Amino acid sequence: MSSDSHSSKMERKDFVKIVTTFLGSIMAAVIGLPLISYFITPALEENQQEDWVAVGPLESYPLGEPKVFSFTRSQVNGWERTSQSYGVYVLRQSETEIKVFSNVCTHLSCRVTWDEDDQAYICPCHDASFDKVGQVIHGPPPRPLDEYQTKVEDGTLYIYLLEG
Amino acid sequence: MNQTLYQWLDERLGISDIYQVVLDRKVPKVNWWFTLGSASLFLLIVQVITGIMLTVYYVPSPDHAYDSVNYIMNEVQFGWLIRGIHHWAASLLVITVFLHLLRVFFYGAYKYPREFTWITGVVLFIATLGMGFTGYLLPWNQKAYWATTVGTEIAGTAPVIGEFILKVLRGGSDLSGVTLARFFSLHIWIIPAVIAATLGVHLYLVVRLGISHIPSEDE
Repeated sequence: MSSDSHSSKMERKDFVKIVTTFLGSIMAAVIGLPLISYFITPALEENQQEDWVAVGPLESYPLGEPKVFSFTRSQVNGWERTSQSYGVYVLRQSETEIKVFSNVCTHLSCRVTWDEDDQAYICPCHDASFDKVGQVIHGPPPRPLDEYQTKVEDGTLYIYLLEG
Repeated sequence: MNQTLYQWLDERLGISDIYQVVLDRKVPKVNWWFTLGSASLFLLIVQVITGIMLTVYYVPSPDHAYDSVNYIMNEVQFGWLIRGIHHWAASLLVITVFLHLLRVFFYGAYKYPREFTWITGVVLFIATLGMGFTGYLLPWNQKAYWATTVGTEIAGTAPVIGEFILKVLRGGSDLSGVTLARFFSLHIWIIPAVIAATLGVHLYLVVRLGISHIPSEDE
């Protein structure tokens, strides 16, 4: 509004400016918000699977020594079907006491391996080690190795697997 | 506060100068046909935004192209909208660019001193068609595959060098994953780079020379 005589009336130029800003904002929102939603969709997807997974007959695991069991599960990521490999360490402490550990290091998700000489799970990435029952001996991991819930049915050992 | 911030920025960036030169320039009395250039520019911006968003999920390989487009259409939130806009705006862009060209031609607006603006415009028109042609293959469905088979075959009918052109377009004598990869590259890198450079010159010339008036009957 350039002068007093126009003060009560809006000038054409100002009207155009306001309308352009208004419509522009609406268009930006209408396009912008779906774009955000579009971009973050995979993060919102609920692809949790849970299942009891058989890890073999209980007799195949020796007493007192961790033994690795590997298996793969297929998974759908977007348009791609991939198989995810899992490794678990089964430790039979006694006839009735069974512990199953994930081989995923609790530090940054590298895979640990059982070293018989050292009697420890060693993580090659940052020189971490865990003792036989998964407790941290040294290195950066913030917590012991993750344990799976277990059950035995008809002599077969199962673990409860939660994916995603 | 806003005013101070604006003045601070303006003093350093010259925003109001840019505004005056680009948007407040003098224009003759014109009609609706003169909006086609702006319409094309708007659609181009829409294509750039939606196109960039499509590359978030699209994969240019024979194994994944079709599935990734399906994923965009059926699984990703608003994927149908983004691809739908890209699809329809593409067709609309070809139309607006062509009508823009016709307007300039019939109003004689390509004449001195705007010959070079016309030349860059023709390059932009061809580039737009190139975008349409290369983009058409990317969904890697039956229609895309056979349309490109036919399109490249037509290029192959050119005398003497036809065979060579066909092989360059396809990246070999058959339509394959190589063709898909190079069409993708043309579609998102090479032709957009050509468009960006040419359009920069085109718009600079529009601002520099202004637009021509509607010719009168005795002209």
